[in-house]
Parts: sequence; structure tokens; C-alpha cells
Amino acid sequence: MKRIIFIVAGLAAVLSMAAPRAEAAINIIATTSDLAALVTEVGGDKVTVEALARGYQDPHFVEAKPSFVLKLNRADLLVVVGRELEIGWLPPLITQSRNAKIQPGADGYFDASLTAKILEIPTGQITRAMGDVHPLGNPHYWLDPENGRRIAKALQAKLAQKDPANAAYYAQRAADFDRRLSEAQQRWKSMMAPYKGIKIVTYHRSWANFADAFGIEVIGYVEPKPGIPPTPQHTLDVIQAMRAQQVKLIIVEPYFDLKTPNSIASQTGAKVLVLPPSVGGVPQASDFLKLFETDVSMLVDAIKSTGAK
Amino acid sequence: MFQHVLARSVGSVAAVCFLFPGSIWAQAAQPAQPAQSQAELREELQKLRAEFDSIRDSYGARLAALEARLAERPAEPAPAAGVAPVPAVPPPVPETPAAPVAPAAAGQPAPVPAPETAVPAGAAGAGGPQGSLPVYGNASAMSKIFNPDIAVIGNFTGAAGRNEIEPRPALQLDEAELSLQAVVDPYARADFFLAASPEGLEVEEGFLTFSSLPGGLLMKVGKLKAQFGKVNTLHAHAMSWVDQALVVKNLLGGDEGLNDSGISVSKLIPNSLLFLEATGEIYQGQNELFTSHTRGNLAYVGRLRGYRDVTEGTNLDVGTSIAYGHNAVGEDFTTRVIGVDATVRYRPLRRAIYRRFIGRTELMWSRQGQEAGDMNAFGLYGSADYQFARRWFAGARYDWSERAYDSTLVDKGPSLLVTYWPSEFSQIRGQYRRTRYAEGATANELLFQFLFSIGAHGAHTF
Repeated sequence: MKRIIFIVAGLAAVLSMAAPRAEAAINIIATTSDLAALVTEVGGDKVTVEALARGYQDPHFVEAKPSFVLKLNRADLLVVVGRELEIGWLPPLITQSRNAKIQPGADGYFDASLTAKILEIPTGQITRAMGDVHPLGNPHYWLDPENGRRIAKALQAKLAQKDPANAAYYAQRAADFDRRLSEAQQRWKSMMAPYKGIKIVTYHRSWANFADAFGIEVIGYVEPKPGIPPTPQHTLDVIQAMRAQQVKLIIVEPYFDLKTPNSIASQTGAKVLVLPPSVGGVPQASDFLKLFETDVSMLVDAIKSTGAK
Repeated sequence: MFQHVLARSVGSVAAVCFLFPGSIWAQAAQPAQPAQSQAELREELQKLRAEFDSIRDSYGARLAALEARLAERPAEPAPAAGVAPVPAVPPPVPETPAAPVAPAAAGQPAPVPAPETAVPAGAAGAGGPQGSLPVYGNASAMSKIFNPDIAVIGNFTGAAGRNEIEPRPALQLDEAELSLQAVVDPYARADFFLAASPEGLEVEEGFLTFSSLPGGLLMKVGKLKAQFGKVNTLHAHAMSWVDQALVVKNLLGGDEGLNDSGISVSKLIPNSLLFLEATGEIYQGQNELFTSHTRGNLAYVGRLRGYRDVTEGTNLDVGTSIAYGHNAVGEDFTTRVIGVDATVRYRPLRRAIYRRFIGRTELMWSRQGQEAGDMNAFGLYGSADYQFARRWFAGARYDWSERAYDSTLVDKGPSLLVTYWPSEFSQIRGQYRRTRYAEGATANELLFQFLFSIGAHGAHTF
């Protein structure tokens, strides 16, 4: 017994010596690639940032891998989407991180949703009979460029507080991002202008903020209820609604099965468009602005190809 | 114990009577003090009634005033798009891990529940941090803010077929697990898991976790499932099978596995190669595996776990564990169990909700001190689980285990499983099990299980 303890202790000592030293830059972990992209916009080369979930991954169902514990253990700042998006995997990671700085409520825990415009906040009694409903509102709020602006602003304040020496740098970068975003928004708006009010169906409720920002009307979902896989009856209802309202586009996140959307499409003459909801969802959506650039141009191309106005 | 409960219930009855001084008081009081004269009693009753009325009136007035103030306030307007974060937003109550009902901002009036309850359809509605907050049915929701997350998991099992050695009931609510989880203070959180089963109510786990200790330590104090191997740390509802693996039953103290009151400390061992975690635990030494004859007869558990991502969707998780303590034979007799476990997981990120594979094996070596000398016994299981559709899983397990008290007795057999998930919150499982017991009997059984969860159960560790 004693010998085993000595061996373990010895091993621990050797391995601790081999541990990499922390760098000077603020070490930031974001739960999603979108938030990581916003951190990069503001923090530039004064921070190191890494996302836990990949852009092509369903952010509700990330595995709470021990390798993430290591990343959280070394983090100075944790940026989360919040609104219970990460409820299924982040809490145990934070508990195991052994990092007092990033515990909920601590200074290094940054909930990006607190400055964002949140849609679909349920009112009244909610139950799980409604599916996997988010009681604090739709957590896919980063798909509104305005929310990107708000989060960047809040991040700037947070970084300036953590690293006052570089406050001017962060302010300058945030202002630059703000300016580029405004320019891009003008462009996106004019691209989408001819299709204002267009009706679409989406797989999951991921696109509420996107639709709100770009004047799109979501008339239904492939999922009967959030998180509940498609059922035959609901699929029939969706087909009927799409026929009645002349809907020609179904948007699907890259992590969902295309079987049901394709069968709906074949019965309604609609087009299925796999649209990345996050930075890194497709290679060309490599930063926050390019995500919208990609989504808007893919959407416009798809609308054109369906022959809608 | 019983007396204690009795005393407490008498106390609460008395308290209730005091609050409702009507007929209940009279009924309860009369037999208790027959000597007291009617007049005295009546007088007292009058006094109490007056007191109650005055309390009621004052509360009524305050309620009315509150209602009036609420009505005066216009319905919370949806913040216009572009409204920047307002600093007046109440600071968010830290989102407790697994908090389902987070943080309705204290001090803000609960919005009046709208008549329709569903999530607003489509992209309607707006809100920000200052928007309406979730209201669970009524205006008293604010009193729930600091309540722990509560969940109940029902585990209903059934069995068909023949098993003479370990017969299970045909139908049984095996367990109702109640979990209560919350953050205690800025330094710790607490988790309680109470299991009510046909054997009675038991604290399955109940512990405090200090997550912010210096030196990168994570400490748990309380009743814990020992960090021995993989399956021992899982609650019944988190296992991939209806039953427990035979090696855990035979070598690790039975169906429940190794759980006891104690202290657990674990540390990450930083290195550039892999996730490495060392855990050391000290237990009271009183459970199905160990017996504490004196206060000093503690039990010890140690574990070293390594983990590494092979690709973004594949990972390897290996560990070795040791448990040591005194056994039931006597104070001079000890039991030592050494375990080795390995898990391979595959879950492609793009299809994470449709496909996954988990292959796992655990091997255990037990050395039990007996009057006649040490008894060495070995056992293992190997299992595979494959998710082949969003709601469907198939699995298999093979068990082979000697018995700790006599290694010539070997139980073994395969199992095949199918699991269906109607949603994340319920699952239905069937298991075909063929067990060849050391006694010579062979049991062919069909087990099935309904698992269902209500409330806010925290996420499970990996």
C-alpha cells in the first residue's frame, strides 16, 4: 500500500515538473466557436482563446470530456452562451475544473447572454410536455449581428477590467469590429432586401434571432417540439402548412439527419439548405462576420434557385 | 429514530393547531387536558381566534397594497432592438450547475403569467436580461430561487423467465431516486441522492464538493460512491444495463457497489500528454465490502485515471483503482481489491445525436483474508453499446466472475440489450440475460426496465 502511494507521488512530481508554464496572455475558453470568434475580434493577440464545441457540432450535446477539464483548469476567463444551452455538459466540467476563477458567479465567468437580445422567453407554466424547452429563452441568440455587437462591447469591458494595461488596445479593436460589422450589415441588408418576409421552415429553433435580424418568417419546424425527433403526423402537418403558404425552403443545421427534411422537400418542391449556425460550421465561415456572410449568401442563392420572387 | 420522528410530528401537529385554532385545536386540546374547565378553554380559544383574525387582517391589507402596486406598474415592455445592456439589470444570480430555474432576478416583480403557456411560436417576442423571467405557475416563484434543483428518477423493472439462484420480482419499482442539488456558498456545492427502494429509504450519496481549493484539489465530503473503476461510480439509472455486472456483485460488495461515508480528494496531475487525475479516499469502512471493528478500521480507496482524445470523436479512458479495508471475518482480516478499467468511446461530432459507441471492460482482483488464509478471486466484464438511431441503442455484455469468498465458484454469462429513448427524460430497455451460476443452475431471463425522470437532474460526469 505504502509503496503504491510513493510510486504515485513520485510520478506526480515528475509529471508536474514537465507541466507547461502559463503564458502572459489572458487565457480564455469559450464554450462555442462563435463566442471564441468574438473574443478574438476584441482581444486580438493579447489573449489566447479556444472553443470547446466545434462549429459543426450540436452545442446542446457536447460530451463533457476530461480534456475539457484541463482546458478549464488553466482558463482565466470562461465565456458561456448561457440560457441553459450548455446545461447538459458544462456544469460538471466547471465543478471538476478546480478553478475558482471560472466558477459561476466568479469574476472569470462571463455569460454572454446577459447583454444580448433574447427571443422566445416562455411565459406562464412550462413543462417538459413541450419538449426540451429552454426556460430562459432561445439560446441561439448569437445569430443576430446586433447581439454580436453587444457581446463584443461587454467583452471589451471585461477584458479591460482583467487587463487594464491593454484597455486602449481592446477599445480600439472593439471599435474597429463595430465599424466593420456596421458596414457588413448594410451589405447583408441590401442582399436580403428583395426577400424580406420570406417564409421558411427550419429543423430546430436555432434561427429565431437570425430570422428576426434579416426579416425572415419561420412558419414551422421539422421537429415537432424542441429536441423531439420528427414524427410522421407532424411531418404531414409541416407539409400541409408549407403547401398552403408556398414555402420553398427548409433550413437544416449541419448536425441533423437530412432524411425527414428531404422527404418533406420532395413532397413540397422545396429546397433543403444546410446552413451553418456557428463559426467553423463550414470552412469558409471562419470568423463572426464571415459566418453571416456565408449564411446570407447561401440563403440568397438558395432562395433564387427555388425561384421565389 | 422512530421516537425522534414521533416527537417531531407531534411538534408539527401542535404548530399546525396553533395556526388553525378552529376545531382542530379544540379536538386536540380536549383529550390532552381533560382537567381544564370548559370556560377556561373557551376563553383561550377566543383569545387565539382574535389573534388569528388580527394576523389575517394585517396580511390581507399588506397583500392588497402589494397587488395595487403591481397593478400600477405597466406590463414589462419588450426592450427595443438595439437597447444596450443596462447596468441597472440586476446581477445574475450565479447559474448553479444544472440549475434549471435560474435566477429570476430578486427584487423584480414576477410578471403576471400569460394565459397561454407554450413557447411563443416562431420568432415572435423579445426580451433581454431585463425581459420577463420564467414564472413557474404562480407569483410565489420567487420563494423557489434558492431551493435546490429537485429531480425524481423512477426505475421500474420487470423480469420473466427462470432464475432459482437470484430471483427478481416479476414487476417492481426498484428505486425512486430523489436528487437535491445546489450551490452552498461561493466555495462549495452539495448534492444529495436519496434512494427509496423496497428495502427502504437510503442516502445513496450525500456530499459537499469544494471546487475552489488551493493547489488544484477537488474535495468531496459525505457519503459517496467510491471512485473505484467506472461502473461503481454510476447510479442505477445511469448504467447501460438493467442489472449490475456480476463482478461488482461478487467482488465489490453487491448490487450497490462500494459506497460509504468518507472524504475524497483528487488532483489533476498537469502534463502535456494526457489528462491524469489521482484520487485518494478515506472511508469509515462500514459497507457491504468492508467491516469496521474499531474506529481505526478505516477503508482506503485510490484511483489513477488517464484520458486522451485520439481524434475529435474518439477517446480512450483508462484507470486503475485499489480498495483496502477490514472485512467481516475479524479485525485482523483485510480485503483488498485492485481494478483496471478501459473505455473506448466514439461519437462523431457531426452526428453526435445519432451515433455513438462505447466499449468498456473492467477487471478486478480481490484478495480476501480468511481464517484459512487469503482467498484470491478474479472477475471481469466486457461491454459494448452502440447507438444506431437517434432514439435506439443496442448493447451486449459478457460477465465472468469468481466469488470473493471462494474462487472455485464461478458465475458467468452473456447479456443482450436494446434501449429506446422516447426523449432525454425517459427510456425503455429490454435485456436478455443468460447466467450460469456456480451452483450449476442456468438462468434464462428477460429483464425490462422503464426509467423516467422529472425535474432538474444535473448533468452526469463523463
